[in-house]
Amino acid sequence: MSQQANRIRVELPAHLRTLAQVKGEVTLEVAAPVTLRSVLDALEACYPMLCGTIRDHDTLQRRAFLRFFACEEDLSHQSPDALLPEAVISAAEPLLIIGAIAGG
Amino acid sequence: MSKVRVLVGTRKGAFVLTSDGKRENWDVSGPHFAGWEMYHLKGSPVDPNRIYASQSSGWFGQLIQRSNDGGQTWEPVGNKFSYEGVPGTHQWYDGTPHPWEFKRVWHLEPSLTDRDIVYAGIEDAAIFRSSDGGQNWSELPGLREHGSGPRWQPGAGGMCLHTIILDPSDPQRIYIAISAAGAFRTDDGGKTWQPINQGLHSQYIPDPKADVGHCVHHIAMHPSRPNTLFMQKHWDVMRSDNSGDHWHEVSGNLPTDFGFAIDVHAHEPETIYVVPIKSDSEHFPPDGKLRVYRSRTGGNEWEPLTKGLPQQDCYVNVLRDAMAVDKLDSCGIYFGTTGGQVYASSDAGDTWAPIVRDLPAVLSVEVQTLS
Repeated sequence: MSQQANRIRVELPAHLRTLAQVKGEVTLEVAAPVTLRSVLDALEACYPMLCGTIRDHDTLQRRAFLRFFACEEDLSHQSPDALLPEAVISAAEPLLIIGAIAGG
Repeated sequence: MSKVRVLVGTRKGAFVLTSDGKRENWDVSGPHFAGWEMYHLKGSPVDPNRIYASQSSGWFGQLIQRSNDGGQTWEPVGNKFSYEGVPGTHQWYDGTPHPWEFKRVWHLEPSLTDRDIVYAGIEDAAIFRSSDGGQNWSELPGLREHGSGPRWQPGAGGMCLHTIILDPSDPQRIYIAISAAGAFRTDDGGKTWQPINQGLHSQYIPDPKADVGHCVHHIAMHPSRPNTLFMQKHWDVMRSDNSGDHWHEVSGNLPTDFGFAIDVHAHEPETIYVVPIKSDSEHFPPDGKLRVYRSRTGGNEWEPLTKGLPQQDCYVNVLRDAMAVDKLDSCGIYFGTTGGQVYASSDAGDTWAPIVRDLPAVLSVEVQTLS
């Protein structure tokens, strides 16, 4: 039996919206379990030009100056296989991919 | 009528400058990829409308962009640069072993014969090749796996492979340069490489005459004389007449022989250009005067070119890939500065005028001569 897909809202940084040629949030179909890994897999499948811009091609580690926020929490340091908050899974809240404030 | 297209990479985007053959009035297009560091853009000699661009950012890493219409529109292509096998280590600034890590693409060199073949010079130093227009990249690992690799060290700007020269007379021969490992050559299409640093003398390394470890800033070649190479080293302007087997100094009467950029006149293979910079800690022209120096004798005898260039209070730098020449008659010379100016001379350097004055810091300048 196939698992039901969830509609997940993701907000990209402005430069990645330009690269992906999208405006506003993107909505992704993500099968359970909904984790950072599964959401990013779905994001990169829909927008392959984003591969390597959010996480390393080979190690899949988050790029150092990016952060993952949702529901006013910083999820950046949690396991990529941990479930995302219920509000993200239910699409009440977006997963925010944030470019850290750095540099001059 | 001929046209000239100048491809400018800056710290915050790319710009395309175009003019007719008179090179008096310029159209400025950009910024393309606003906000991104554009280390290098270069067009295919086979198909000038095919342009490759290196786009990078501290936040989002590396992208490669490709245009098929002369820079009007772009599409992202492959950006996966994975070293072959276990990359091993090179020396870190403190002399300790440091793992090879991909950071960015410094230079893109399209093939002389096939628009879909392009080479990439990257940091940490390695050379990659794509044969499908930049979609997929494969390392030529023989360079990094040269036995000297563990002794290579980064220069102040990182351990970058910044120069790739394809020999028009021998498709198996490629020259590259790395800061701070030196110059290398392959004679078998990139399978094996040999250091070509004999004759270089660098007092900032333990053995000034070592086979590797020299901070080569840039190399230039005239296509009609592929065995003659001109080098701007950290300090010293050098020349080789035997494909890099041996170098000798041609700094001559330059006010300082530190600098980054060097290039050769399009029609006079013994006419070369450099922009002397005061020192390795003072990255600006001596005396606040921006002067291009020209030698019509292949080095040693240099003349300052100043008409139209600021001769007081000028403290910009000209980076290694930020000078280029067109192929018109008379030859045009172009260079960009860290102050955001792009200067052009349509009379081989006798007089200069800015095309633009206020771009972000210029990282690279390449020129296409279009018929």
